[in-house]
Amino acid sequence: MFLINCPYCGERDQTEFSCGGEAHLERPKQPTELSDDQWAEYLFMRKNIKGIQYERWNHTHGCRKWFNIVRDTSNDKIHAVYKIGEKPPVKI
Amino acid sequence: MKNKYSIYSLIKNAFSHHENWQRAWRDPEPKKEYDTIIIGGGGHGLATAYYLAKKHNIKNIAVVEKGWIGGGNTGRNTTIIRSNYLWDASAGLYDHALKIWEGLSQELNYNIMFSQRGVMNLAHNLQDVRDLKRRTHANRLNGIDAVWLNTEEVKKFCPIINTSSNIRYPVLGGTLQKRAGTARHDAVAWGYARAADTMGVDIIQNCEVKGIKRNGDQVEGIETTKGYIKSKKIGVVAAGHSSVIANMAGIRLPLESKPLQALVSEPVKPIIDTVVMSNAVHAYVSQSDKGELVIGAGTDAYISYTQKGSHDVAEGTLKAILELYPIFSRMKMLRQWGGIVDICPDASPIISKTNIKGLYFNCGWGTGGFKATPGSGDLFAYTIANDEPHKLNAAFNLNRFVSGDLVDEHGAAAVAH
Repeated sequence: MFLINCPYCGERDQTEFSCGGEAHLERPKQPTELSDDQWAEYLFMRKNIKGIQYERWNHTHGCRKWFNIVRDTSNDKIHAVYKIGEKPPVKI
Repeated sequence: MKNKYSIYSLIKNAFSHHENWQRAWRDPEPKKEYDTIIIGGGGHGLATAYYLAKKHNIKNIAVVEKGWIGGGNTGRNTTIIRSNYLWDASAGLYDHALKIWEGLSQELNYNIMFSQRGVMNLAHNLQDVRDLKRRTHANRLNGIDAVWLNTEEVKKFCPIINTSSNIRYPVLGGTLQKRAGTARHDAVAWGYARAADTMGVDIIQNCEVKGIKRNGDQVEGIETTKGYIKSKKIGVVAAGHSSVIANMAGIRLPLESKPLQALVSEPVKPIIDTVVMSNAVHAYVSQSDKGELVIGAGTDAYISYTQKGSHDVAEGTLKAILELYPIFSRMKMLRQWGGIVDICPDASPIISKTNIKGLYFNCGWGTGGFKATPGSGDLFAYTIANDEPHKLNAAFNLNRFVSGDLVDEHGAAAVAH
């Protein structure tokens, strides 16, 4: 449980948000060309990092917009928040 | 050789004020090389080592554990054991475990306090009723004892449940598995550790794995905080940290690790002599031998390795508990804790070979691994020893996420994941 600084609404309680999992997973551009292995990779395989992780969140009980955060999963500390479409910060 | 635990050894040791009990397991330094290394000294890992030594005659085995044995999810769960799963593959897996549980205290010469007090799963809406009745039929076809109880029978079996039709989620019935129940979780780890140690397994605690060494497609050994250890066969049973080990080995797993929490109340006199679980409102409760109510809450809805669990999740569970059991309204909660559970997309475990020769994973048990401990160890030992899965864990391979042949137990199992 922690606070998240929504780029649209400001700092709110984490219970207002839903986590959408690992960020920057691109939907395949040519889905019909994909092998079963590539589909499994896209659909199921995750880094599940202990440490600095890039992930998507949605402000479900607020503006309902999606955005990205950089969070340390070993202590839930948030290092950066950035909008969808923006490049992730290089230095954490 | 270990002395046998018995009433006579208890009496004998009473004369020396219980100060001369033999050490239950050694505390060895790691050797340079082992035939098989198990990463993770929880119940599943220790059971794997025990069955490797006992059934497959592999003697040179090490279990490496970063903390102390049984200090992870083995010591953090709500100790519930049941096998009333919907799908054939799951029913086979969990009932295999339940059958071993039934004779485990005698086999290990260690009282694991296995208590077949029954597990009841409540239905709160018409869909619950349909789902649970369907599961009861599926269970019986698989030879698993399961019966449907109507509301009056639920009330009779556990009188403190509020079965009034005026509550938000009224009790419309439930299923009961009488062979299900609980066991003392620490004792399971200690019993397996003692039995494995007797057969020469080195249990190395405070030894964290820092790297997996590979030579092409073959594992060679592990880097640890106690130095490099060679082995051609490595079984990983690291629960919430499975992905951390997989990332070291350079393989991908379909897991997400989340905190799952539990809490216990102050101890009271016996009030609930069974385990009651409710899927729809997510509340499950039993009573320990000390008299504490043991309550399981849900997972946090995001990846985290903090062994805590959020306040709002515990609050939601306690609200549900209070509606079902108004009698608990003035009880105080004494302790709360969390464990990191590794959840598969289909809420079923992985007991499997990998693309790397000699590297095996037993993971993805999610929120319900404790009940499977003996079966999981037995089948994982078989998989490692024979380099192929046993027929009971063949469906739980890693390749199912490529083939699409999932064992979808989300909601199909008796409680939400």
